[in-house]
Formats: sequence, C-alpha cells, structure tokens
Amino acid sequence: MIDPVHSLLLIAVIAGVTALIRFLPFLVFHKGTPKTVLYLGEVLPYAIMGMLVVYCLKDISITGSTHAIPEALAVAATALLHKWKHNTLLSILTGTVFYMVLVQLVF
Amino acid sequence: MMEENNTTQRSRTDSQAAARTSPRNSGSFRSTIKYAFISSLPVMAGYIVLGTGFGVLLQDKGYNWLWAALMSVTIFAGSMQYVAVDLLSGGATLIAAALMTVLVNIRHLFYGLTMLEKYSDTGWRKPYLIFALTDETFSLVCSPDLPGDVDRKNYYFFLSLMNQCYWITGSIIGAVAGAALSFNSAGIDFAMTALFVVIFVEQWEKTKQHLPAIIGVAVTVVCRLLFGTSSFLIPSMIGILAAMFLFKGKVDSGSAESTADIRGAADEAFSQDGAETPFPRTNTQYRYGSEEYSDRNKTAKGGDEQ
Repeated sequence: MIDPVHSLLLIAVIAGVTALIRFLPFLVFHKGTPKTVLYLGEVLPYAIMGMLVVYCLKDISITGSTHAIPEALAVAATALLHKWKHNTLLSILTGTVFYMVLVQLVF
Repeated sequence: MMEENNTTQRSRTDSQAAARTSPRNSGSFRSTIKYAFISSLPVMAGYIVLGTGFGVLLQDKGYNWLWAALMSVTIFAGSMQYVAVDLLSGGATLIAAALMTVLVNIRHLFYGLTMLEKYSDTGWRKPYLIFALTDETFSLVCSPDLPGDVDRKNYYFFLSLMNQCYWITGSIIGAVAGAALSFNSAGIDFAMTALFVVIFVEQWEKTKQHLPAIIGVAVTVVCRLLFGTSSFLIPSMIGILAAMFLFKGKVDSGSAESTADIRGAADEAFSQDGAETPFPRTNTQYRYGSEEYSDRNKTAKGGDEQ
C-alpha cells in the first residue's frame, strides 16, 4: 500500500473523471455530438481493451526465469475457454486458478 | 450546468404536483420494487462475483475493506476499479490516472446519449441515475417495455441502487474474505488480465473490423518496449489516438456495418454472461439502445451540418 493521502487523491480523480464522463452528455450534448467524439467512442473500446491486456502483462520478460511461459499459457487458456464456452465468470476463474497453479507449483 | 439545474427543478415541481393530486399508490410502488429486483438478479450474480474479485485484488495490495467500499461507492465502474487497483499499488500520478480513466470509461458517453430523453423527467433521481449508469444498468434501463403497474422513474432508481449495492457488497466480501483466508495469493493478479482477455475476445467476435483492436495491442507493445514498464502508458494512449485518426478512413469504412454491435460489446462482457438464464433479452436491449442511439446520431450529424 502506498501513501494513504496519494491513494485518496487517486480515488478522487478516478471517481471525478468517471462521473464527469457520465454527466457530460447530459450537460453538453443536448444539441448534437461532435463527429470526432462519435468516432472515438466507436473505435476506442476495442483499442483500449487491447491496450489493457498488454498493460496487465507489462512485467513479463521473455528472457526472465520463466520466459513468460505461464502468462502465455494462461492467456491462451482463458481466451480459448472463453471462445468455447462464452461464460465470462468461468473463463476468468479458470484462467486465474490455472495461472496461480503454474506460478506456484510448476514454475 | 444551469440547464441541468433548471430541468431538475422543473421536474421536482412536477412530481410534487403529481404527489399532491394523485393519492399514493402503494400497489404500484411495491410492484415497481419487485420488478426492479427481478430484473436486477442477473446483474446481482455478475456484480457479486466480479466485485469479490476486485475486493480480493485490492486487499492483496494492502488496502482493507474500507478502501474497497469507498471505491465502490464513489467510482462504481467495474473494469476501471480493476485498473485502479494497479494504479494505486503502483503509485501512478494523478494525470496518468485521469487519462487512464478517460480512455477506459469513454464508452459511457454513449450510454448517456442514449438515455438523454428517458432520464430527462426523472427529477431528484436524475443525478444518481446518471452517476450509476454502468454497462449492466444501461443494458437494463434501455429496455423499451415495462409492465403497466411499474413506475418507470422509480424502476430506474431502484434498479440502479440495487445494482450498486450488489457491487459494494461483492467488493467488501472480497476484501474481508481475502484478508481472513490466508492462502498463497501469488498469481491472483491474473484475474485482471483474464477479465480483459475475456472482454477482448468478446469484442473481437462482435465485429469484422479488427484494426482498432490490433492497433491497441501493437501500439502498446511498441511503447512498452521503447519506454519501459513505468512510463509507457501515456505514450501508448497518445499513439493509439494518433493511429485512430491516421487510419480513420480505413476504420470508418470497415466499421460502418458493425457500429450497432459496438456498444453491446463495449466492455464488461459479464453482462452478456448474465444473459445465460433469466436474461435472454440483453442483446435485444443493446440493439434497441444502439438503434435509438443511431437515430440520435443521424440527428446530431444533421444538426452539425446545418
């Protein structure tokens, strides 16, 4: 845990920006939304999710002790299980337990 | 701001007038609560489980249940709170946190646009309804048909409130359970990775235009290699935005047909997951919401051109 004051400030910023985004359409977009905003709203969700996946895996290293094998296996398992069953909770739970087994017992 | 206040005030006066003239209808009130509760059940399942995951992760970083509760009360945005765990434990700067929040939550703009009219007459409930407009709540409130004895405004309100209660409950359960059970938590962080992988797969299957997803991955990988683990995020965001404008023509033409699907897949695929049993209408609702939004989009564009 980091400094509680900075933690509180971070939470305040995240909460504030989230609320701002939710309120924004009701405050300003009464008469029409700029096309740029519409375009970004269409395409960004896809790009951001890709960014977040990479962000989660930022600490892996091919040359490290495990050669990023647990991460690669667990991501593949999660993705394939989800493509097969389309059950979000099952995919997350199985992927996480699988990864924990890999890093605790196998590697 | 002014306009917002005026609307709220006007609606308040209206509802006060209504309360004076019509006798209290407790039957309607009860059936509204009951209907809101039944509608919220699939969200309950998803929120309690994912909220618990959030609580466990946060607790694992040294933040107790009070922090989990504080975040679920004030932020109330599923995937953003997972990201926030990482921002908190990594001691991110406030600027980086703000930018990250904008990018992760930008899709919420469209939920607001879709609900502009439906929420316009909700009076004192309106600020809370807007604050609590999550992916899951949106999928429920944009449903077109309500039974006759259900009060629409109260339905929105109780549904939003119940959903947030599930989310708060889940995150407290996770934080408390995570602290009480002593187990080897090494690798539990992967829950966040798994959540985003799942949403990524879900989104991938919902569109034929994969360029934005590929850009997101590619730009971030390049920036991670160039800038290192601690400072690659902001360059990535800038790079993604730049790439989106650079490839705008290509992305636009390819995504036109799939526009209607995007909001459905937007994020938190677990609302789709809730669709399993008593929830077969999720997709229709999303589509409904998108159509309504498309109409607005046309109007908006028309307005721009004038």
